[in-house]
Amino acid sequence: VTFRCDVQLKESRQAVNSIQRLVEEDDDEDDVEKVSWSGEPVGSISWSVKETAASNQRTDREPAFPKIPTDTPSLSKSQSGYSLSSLFKGKTKGGNFQSFTDTLSDSSIRLYAPELRKPKSEYKDYVSDWSPEETIQRLQQGKTAPLEKFRSLQDKLLLLDFAVSAHDGNVITAVLIYLKRTLSKEVLFRELESRQTALRHFIHYLTETKDQRLLLELLRALGRTEDVALLQYKEHLSIADENKRRDFLKSCLSLPFSAEDSAHVQDHYTLLERQIIIEATDRQAERGGKVEIFQKFPRRASILNMPLITTLYYCCFYHYSEPEGTYSSPLNIRQAFKISEKQYFVTALAARAKLKAWLDVDALFTSRNWLGFTRKKSPLSFQRVVDVLQKNSAPTQVLQDYVGLVEDPDMRISLAQKHKCHDIVINTYRDMKDRQQLLGYRGKVGRGSAEERKIDELLNNQQIRWKN
Amino acid sequence: MANSARRDSPELPDFSLLKRLARDQLIYLLEQLPGKKDLFIEADLMSPLDRIANVSTLKQHEVDKLYKVEYKPVVSTSDQLCFLIRPRIQTFYACEAVLEEQGMFGDVTTDEWAFYLLPLDDDIISLELPEFFRDNFLAGDQRWMRTAGSALHLLHSLYGPFSKVYGIGRYSKMAYESWREQVEQGEQRARQAEIGNVFLIDRDVDFVTPLCSQVVYEGLVDDIFRIKCGCVEFSPDVTASDKSVKVMLNSQDKVFNEIRNEHFSNVFGFLSQKARNLQTAYDKRRGMDIKQMKTFVSEELKGLKQEHRLLSLHIGASESIMKKKTKQDFQELLKTEHSLLEGFEIRECISYIEEHISRQVSMIESLRLLCLLSITENGELSFVTSNYGVDHLLTFSNLRQLGLLVEQQPGETLTVMESRVGKLVNDKTAGKLTDAFSSLAKKSNFRALSRKLNLVPKSDEEYDLRVPRDMAYIFSGAYVPLSCKLIEQVLERDGWTGLEEVTRLLNGNEFAVTGQITSMSDRIILVMFLGGCTFSEISALRFLGREKGKHGPNGCSVSH
Repeated sequence: VTFRCDVQLKESRQAVNSIQRLVEEDDDEDDVEKVSWSGEPVGSISWSVKETAASNQRTDREPAFPKIPTDTPSLSKSQSGYSLSSLFKGKTKGGNFQSFTDTLSDSSIRLYAPELRKPKSEYKDYVSDWSPEETIQRLQQGKTAPLEKFRSLQDKLLLLDFAVSAHDGNVITAVLIYLKRTLSKEVLFRELESRQTALRHFIHYLTETKDQRLLLELLRALGRTEDVALLQYKEHLSIADENKRRDFLKSCLSLPFSAEDSAHVQDHYTLLERQIIIEATDRQAERGGKVEIFQKFPRRASILNMPLITTLYYCCFYHYSEPEGTYSSPLNIRQAFKISEKQYFVTALAARAKLKAWLDVDALFTSRNWLGFTRKKSPLSFQRVVDVLQKNSAPTQVLQDYVGLVEDPDMRISLAQKHKCHDIVINTYRDMKDRQQLLGYRGKVGRGSAEERKIDELLNNQQIRWKN
Repeated sequence: MANSARRDSPELPDFSLLKRLARDQLIYLLEQLPGKKDLFIEADLMSPLDRIANVSTLKQHEVDKLYKVEYKPVVSTSDQLCFLIRPRIQTFYACEAVLEEQGMFGDVTTDEWAFYLLPLDDDIISLELPEFFRDNFLAGDQRWMRTAGSALHLLHSLYGPFSKVYGIGRYSKMAYESWREQVEQGEQRARQAEIGNVFLIDRDVDFVTPLCSQVVYEGLVDDIFRIKCGCVEFSPDVTASDKSVKVMLNSQDKVFNEIRNEHFSNVFGFLSQKARNLQTAYDKRRGMDIKQMKTFVSEELKGLKQEHRLLSLHIGASESIMKKKTKQDFQELLKTEHSLLEGFEIRECISYIEEHISRQVSMIESLRLLCLLSITENGELSFVTSNYGVDHLLTFSNLRQLGLLVEQQPGETLTVMESRVGKLVNDKTAGKLTDAFSSLAKKSNFRALSRKLNLVPKSDEEYDLRVPRDMAYIFSGAYVPLSCKLIEQVLERDGWTGLEEVTRLLNGNEFAVTGQITSMSDRIILVMFLGGCTFSEISALRFLGREKGKHGPNGCSVSH
C-alpha cells in the first residue's frame, strides 16, 4: 500500500507542479481562505437585546423534562455531625439530625420542586432575606446574594450542600471562599472530609490561588501523606539554581512517598548530584580547549536537569571509555540507576554510531563464549540495529555485518538489497537454493563485477541442488 | 465520499446564528464602556474572536488599539483599558475575591461575555474550552457544568425544543440537570424544532478511542499539525515555500471536504484523480480562439486556480504526513495498537512498547501506548514506567488520578473487600470508603465491553477501506469506537433497554428522558462530548448519519 501511495502522490505532485507555471502566469494573490479578521457585516444589537429580554420572561407551566436522580448527598451528610446547634435546637425529629425541609426558612419551597415555585415577579428580590437554597439559586444565575448573614455552622453547611447538589462548580467555590474566611481551619477541614465533591473544589481552588501552605495543611489533616509528599516535591520545578535544587531534592528524600515514587525521587536526587559534577568538569574541559572530543563536537547544551537517558547518551558520547569508577562513566551510570540491558544498548549504539565509532559499535555486540570464540549478540533485533546504523550513514562494510545477522531470510534479503550488500543477497539465495532468484539478481549487479563472477560460479556449481 | 450521502438527509440548522449572537453580546459589552478604549485580548481567545468579529467591528465601537494580554506591565495611553480574558478562577465571586485581596476592587469592573458556542463547521459546534477536561476529570472541579448546561440551553432555545435526551456519565447528568433547570426558569417559545434529539457523553466513558492513532485524513492532520479552532497552520515543508500558511479546514474547502472523512490510504488515489482532472481542464485552453479564451478566463480560471491551490496544499500535507509516518514505523505502531484492542499477542505488544520507550522515539506516543495497554489490559506494568519515572513522576501521578494508568488490582477482590470492610464500620466511614474504592475501581472493563458490543470485527475478513461497511473503517477496520457504538445502539433502541450489562460495565450513570413536546424533527441529533472528542469520532458519526439518514452535529468541548 505504501508503495502505491507513494507513486500516486508523486504523480499528483507532478501534475500539480506542471500546472504551477500556468497559474503563476496570471497570479493575482487571490483567495485561499487564510485566517484574517474577516467577518460578516455587523449584526444588530437590538436584535440580541430583544432575544435576551425574551428569555428573561417566564411563564408558569409544567416542567417539560423530568429530573433524573443524581447522586446527591443524603440528608444526614448535609449537616455537621459535630454541630452543637443541631443538638440543641428543639425541632429535631428522629434522632440528632433534622430533615432538609425543617431547616429551610420557607417551608413551601422544597429542593427540586419546581411546580411549587412562585413566579419570578413574586420573588423577594428587594429583601435580602434569602434562604440558603434561594441564595444558591441566585448565585447560579449570576446574581448577587450576600453570604455574610449565614453565620451558624449549620447554615454554612446547608449553603455548601445546596451548592454541591446544584452541581455548579462556580457556586461551590464561591461558598468555599466564604467558609474559608469565616471558619477556623480545623472546623473547615473536618467538615470537608465527609464532602468529597466540595473537598476537590477546595483543593483545586487552593492550587489555583497558589495557597501552598494551606493546601499542605489540608492534605496533612486529611492524612493524604503521599499527596503531601508529591506536592512538596513539585516545588523543585520552581528552583532555578541547580545546587539549591539538589539540596531541596535531598530534603525531599525523607517525605512519605509511596515505595515506588520514593525510589524515583532518590534517583532524581542522585542524577542531579551527578550532573552537577559532570557539568563542572566538562565545562572546564571544553573551555580549556585541550580535550579533542569537545573541540570536534562542541556541546549544544548543559547536561543539567536533563533526563536520565539523555544523560546516559551524553556520557556514551563524551565519556565512553572512562574507567567504571568515575561519575561520568556510562557503565557506572548504568549500574547506579539499574538501567536495563536493552535500554543501555540502544543508547550506547545511538551515541557511538553518531560518532561513527564503528569499532565501538562492533565491540558492543561481540561476546566471547568459553572457548574464546567471538560471536555477535544483541538484545535488540538486528533489523533495528541496521536501522540505527543506516540512519547514521554507516558504510556498506559495516552495515553488511549486521544485515547478515538478521534472522528472517526474507527480511535479510530485502535489507541487503536496500543497502546493496550483494554478498549477503547472493549467499542467502544460495542457501535457499533459489536458482531463479539468483539468476534474476545477476541483472542487478555490475557487469563484469566480482559479484557477477560469484553468481556465475554458483550457477555453474554442479553440487548445489537447486530447488528450481 | 461525502457526496454519497443519502439524498433524504435532513438539512442542518443554520448555526451561524450562534456567531451573530456572540458578536452582538460582545458589542453590547463594548458599548457599556463608552468612549475610546484599548482592547487587550488573551492569546487563547484570538482564534475564536477571529471567527465571530473583525477589526472594523471593534473599531466601530471605539476600540482604539488591540493588544495581546501578556505577563508584563501594560503600556497604553488610553483612559480605558478593556481586558478580554478567559477567567482562570471562573466565578464572578472568586474573581471579585481576588480583586478585593489585591486592593483593586472598585478600580476594575467585570462583566461576563456570554460566549458559549462557536460553530466551527456546518456540523461541528465547540465550547472552545481546552481546560474543560483537566478541570473536570483531573481536579474534579465542576466549574464548567453551568456553562455546559447554558450552552445546551442556548441550542435548545434556538433550535429546539428537544424531544429526547439520552446520556451517559456523571457530568452528562449534571449538564442535563443544569439545562433542565434553566429551561424551567426561562420561557420556551413555540417554534419548529430543528434539533430533535440530544446525546450527552462523558469523555471518561471511552478513553480508549482517543488513545488510538488516527488514520482518517482530518484526524491525521490534527495529530500531526494540530487543528485549533477549525484552523491549521501548515509549515513551510507543506506549502513548499518559505512561509507557513494558516488554513481554515471546513466544508467550504471543496478538496478537503471530500477527503476529510476518508481513510488515509484512499486519499492519494483521490488527490491524483483530482490532479488529472485539473490538468485536463487546463489543457482545454489549447486550441481555443480568443473569444473562447476570454470566456474561459472569466468563468473557469478563478475556480480552477482556487482548486489548484487547495489541491497543492493537501498534496503537500499528505506528503509531509507520509514522510513523518514512515520515519517512525507507523505500520508497527498501528499493529501494536490493533493487537492491544484485540487482546492478542500482548507479550509482543509489551516488548514493542518497551523498545519504543528505550529508543526515546516520542514521549507522548510512549505514554499513549502505555495508557492504552493499561486500559485494555486493566493493569499497568510497573517495569515500563521506571524508564520515565525520574522525569515524569508528576505526569504519572496525574494519569493515575484520571484512571488512564491503573495499578494492577483485580476488580473482583476489590468489591468483595469493599463489602467486607463496609460491614465492619459505621455508615459515615463506609461512605468515605466507598468513595475511595470507587475511584480505585475505575477500571475500564474494556475487554468485556468489546465482546458485548462487538467492537473488534473479525480480523480474518478482508476489509475494503474504500467502501466502508461500518464505523470501524476509521481505524482501518480494526475497531469500532466505543463512544460512537454506544450512540448508535442507544439511538437504535431508543434508550438503554437491552444494554444493562454494558452500562454496568461502564459504571452506570446512563439516562434517557422524554420531554412533553414531541418533536417532528428527530432526525437531527446533537451529540455533545463532555471533555472533547477526536476528529475520527466525528468522521464515524458522519458515517453513521449517512447510513441512517440522520445528521449528528457535534457540540463538543475540544480539549486537546
